[in-house]
Amino acid sequence: MDKVIKGGATEAIRGISSGMTLMLGGFGLCGIPENCIQALTETSITNLTCISNNAGVDDFGLGLLLQKKQIKKMISSYVGENKEFERQMLSGELEVELIPQGTLAERSRATGAGIPAFYTPAGYGTEVAEGKETREFNGKMYVLEKAFEVDFAIVKAWKGDTAGNLIFKGTARNFNPLMAMAGKITIAEVEELVPAGGLDPNAIHTPGIFVQRIFQGTHYEKRIEQRTVQS
Amino acid sequence: MAFDKNGIAKRIAQELQDGYYVNLGIGIPTLVANHVPSGISVEFQSENGILGMGPFPIAGEEDADLINAGKQTITAKAGASFFDSATSFAMIRGRHVQLTVLGAMEVSENGDIANWKIPGVMVKGMGGAMDLVASADNIIVAMMHTSRDGESKLLPSCTLPLTGVRCVKRIVTDLAVLDIHPEGGFILRELAPGVTVDEVKAKTAGKLIVDFSETS
Repeated sequence: MDKVIKGGATEAIRGISSGMTLMLGGFGLCGIPENCIQALTETSITNLTCISNNAGVDDFGLGLLLQKKQIKKMISSYVGENKEFERQMLSGELEVELIPQGTLAERSRATGAGIPAFYTPAGYGTEVAEGKETREFNGKMYVLEKAFEVDFAIVKAWKGDTAGNLIFKGTARNFNPLMAMAGKITIAEVEELVPAGGLDPNAIHTPGIFVQRIFQGTHYEKRIEQRTVQS
Repeated sequence: MAFDKNGIAKRIAQELQDGYYVNLGIGIPTLVANHVPSGISVEFQSENGILGMGPFPIAGEEDADLINAGKQTITAKAGASFFDSATSFAMIRGRHVQLTVLGAMEVSENGDIANWKIPGVMVKGMGGAMDLVASADNIIVAMMHTSRDGESKLLPSCTLPLTGVRCVKRIVTDLAVLDIHPEGGFILRELAPGVTVDEVKAKTAGKLIVDFSETS
């Protein structure tokens, strides 16, 4: 089983077209698929719906796609770090759906896990629950949330092998393993790509069955949003 | 005199018990980690996927792959673990976290909380706040008693879009420690140094019940 894409991100994103729904891993700028995002900005693909916890900053991460007006709709839990995002949202150029972070995580997991819908307490009694079914279990109220419809999932991992197995590092893991399960086609960019057998099976976070394309990325900037140190 | 931000954080830290798993929201709540009473050990969970969050790193040792929910660089303590976002919210929703501390714009006298949106002005998103307030048994709000315009943030009912309903138990402000009465109302439990009951009454728009008999 060799899932390696020769030709880096440019080749790896083949088949993504305008109007599609993409999932992109990462929390803030941590664990984002930098190479694929850059490759997308070099295409004329537009009208994308992007499911990602955050929208990057003005000049990095998904902010790059927003700058080039390639995104029609964002589905995220927090979008505070991006002025261009705010501008596009307030002007109506960009459609935004804000959903609770835990709901985003579980909906992502459900999508890949064959669970069409589930109940969660998050958002009951708030505008998030508007228009949705609710139900009581053991005296507590819950909201019915559904799996996503996704075309491609683009994830970033620390190590991967040619069979598509992935290992993540630190808090760069976040949504990546869940989104990896959810894509009809999952593209994984990794810092270190090894042959099958190069990773301990006990250490695998995402089994290769979920990954269709893998490549070793280059020149990771790994930008830090809030460099905070002991005073 | 009142509490400053660290004073609020230090008072909340007194609620920590040995063995607690704790989630701290951004803003004043993060300061609670600096005031853990000596002799007890707690573990801080950060919703982006770390348990056993440690202090900020020494300059030069920042790791871009190690951040907290506020996107700040952090360290990991001995015994820490990393996990994905679904597992993180399983810990939260599954009530494995004993204490959640978060900020608020408004709290109502039946424990509703609004802390994620000011329509037309600020719509950054709720992040993990809705999951946290819907799941925790023990929620403490850390906030200033009044807004920058001098308006009370303790209201009969919230005017801003809600984050959660009937979920807040205790509030620590710069002026006081208050609990939510099960039948509605803010119970004044403790005054901050130099603060009077009259001042708290004047700055609390919701129903205020004075009862110093029970503290933490």
